Amino acid sequence: MSLFLTQVMNGIGSGAVYASLALALVLVYRTTGILNFAQGEMALYSTYLVWYFAERGVPVWLAILLSMTISFIGGALIERILIRPVENSSPLVLVIVTIGLFLAINSIAQVQFGNDIKLLPRAYADKTWLPGNVQISSDTLVLVGVLIAECAVLYLVLNRTKIGLAFRAVASNFESSRLVGVPVGRMLMLGWAMAAAIGALAGSLVIAPVGLQGASMQEILVYAFAAAALGGFDSPLGAVVGGLIVGVVGTLTTQYFHAVHDIELVVPFGLILVVLLVKPSGLFGTTRVERV
Amino acid sequence: MTALLEVSKLRAGYGAVRVLRGIDFSVAEGEAVVILGANGAGKTTTLRAISGMIDAAGGIVFDGQPILGRRTEQIAAAGIAHVPQGRGTIVDLTVDENLRIGAYLRRGQEIETDLERWYTTFPRLADRRDQQAGSMSGGEQQMLAIARALMSRPKLLLLDEPSLGLAPLVTQELFRTLGELNRNDGVSMLVVEQNAGLALNIAARGYVLTTGTIVTSGTAAELSGNDDVRRAYLGI
Repeated sequence: MSLFLTQVMNGIGSGAVYASLALALVLVYRTTGILNFAQGEMALYSTYLVWYFAERGVPVWLAILLSMTISFIGGALIERILIRPVENSSPLVLVIVTIGLFLAINSIAQVQFGNDIKLLPRAYADKTWLPGNVQISSDTLVLVGVLIAECAVLYLVLNRTKIGLAFRAVASNFESSRLVGVPVGRMLMLGWAMAAAIGALAGSLVIAPVGLQGASMQEILVYAFAAAALGGFDSPLGAVVGGLIVGVVGTLTTQYFHAVHDIELVVPFGLILVVLLVKPSGLFGTTRVERV
Repeated sequence: MTALLEVSKLRAGYGAVRVLRGIDFSVAEGEAVVILGANGAGKTTTLRAISGMIDAAGGIVFDGQPILGRRTEQIAAAGIAHVPQGRGTIVDLTVDENLRIGAYLRRGQEIETDLERWYTTFPRLADRRDQQAGSMSGGEQQMLAIARALMSRPKLLLLDEPSLGLAPLVTQELFRTLGELNRNDGVSMLVVEQNAGLALNIAARGYVLTTGTIVTSGTAAELSGNDDVRRAYLGI
């Protein structure tokens, strides 16, 4: 039983990372209607920046904050420069653009930082507690804590500020928002900017224990997409719940079916298949109630 | 009377399709003006051209400033509030949030005063403050779209077929409210409508738009008495 609970806790830890990145995907999807396949690579580059600053003696938490700030600006610029010109194109074009972005950022990162494994300094002590024989690591606590903080900040910004109201208005109906004077373009930039900053934070925390290299974020992005699909691509709450489910189910699968390589991918994706068959918009996705 | 909105030789369309073939009209300060026309005459295109939502050529002067070619956000900031066809309520926001986003370009305590004022004018919105806009009836959403436009304290209100899809009684109530807003609160408005009877009731002047050209204009009384208008739009 304690082994089971230990694995559940580990799963919640990885799930928190998937949830963070899924939140980033949802922010971009809600505003620009784009599935950003480059979200993981953007986070990868941000994490390289953390390493770059830390190598030069910047304290690691400060390096993460710096990287988040740069990523915030970078995300906004990517929206303005690369996405805006193709904004009204077909979904297929948008997919190609974000896949191109994926390849470009990955290549730039490898050219700039090399392909050897970079070890990130830990931002916090590596500790394990054993309440009632259940192992809980500081990784899990930090990842979950950061996820909770992200959700709280997002909730406050989106629901308690004027800019958040404008952001939600644009996500729902950009034409009407424009007619009341909301600068729609700036809100789209904000969506990409917040997503990039969240990705930077998630990337730096998840990479620290295992080391950073070119493919570090790819598997995580697949899980994040799974989480967003499971929860519903337009629902922040869905992203969080979906991330945690994918994390826990994946970890438990590895624990109990460890004989087969990569088996941990099968069970969460099977689960998603079933959910999407029954409820195509995802667990928390909106099927809009609208009277005309 | 100096014109608040002066439109001259306005041409507009979608790609190769020309919809407006050079139309002239004006709205004076405090005036309610109606543009009548059948489906496809170019009514919606006219309003979208004023709000900068489609490419247009010609002249549009608002409040002494040329606004043709400006961005939609800037035109809203200049004082034009546009209630689009099909209402354009922001369905995922609550009624209260819809009204607050209407005041996006303003700041200060007066926003709260205005909120209460329009809740008093539209009591059914007050009952539904925290309800999602998308779950309300068509008439309620139309009221909400108008109240949201008023939250910006516009100098000119553009209304695109407000009666579309509403039950006759609801439409009557709506136009009574619009008439009161114009007479009592001095809101200038430009209404495009197919429902000529009700629209001419509240308007001072009107224009008749047929396939992108203005064919007749005059005071509301003149238009109501015009045989062509009566046949085409009043069904008499």
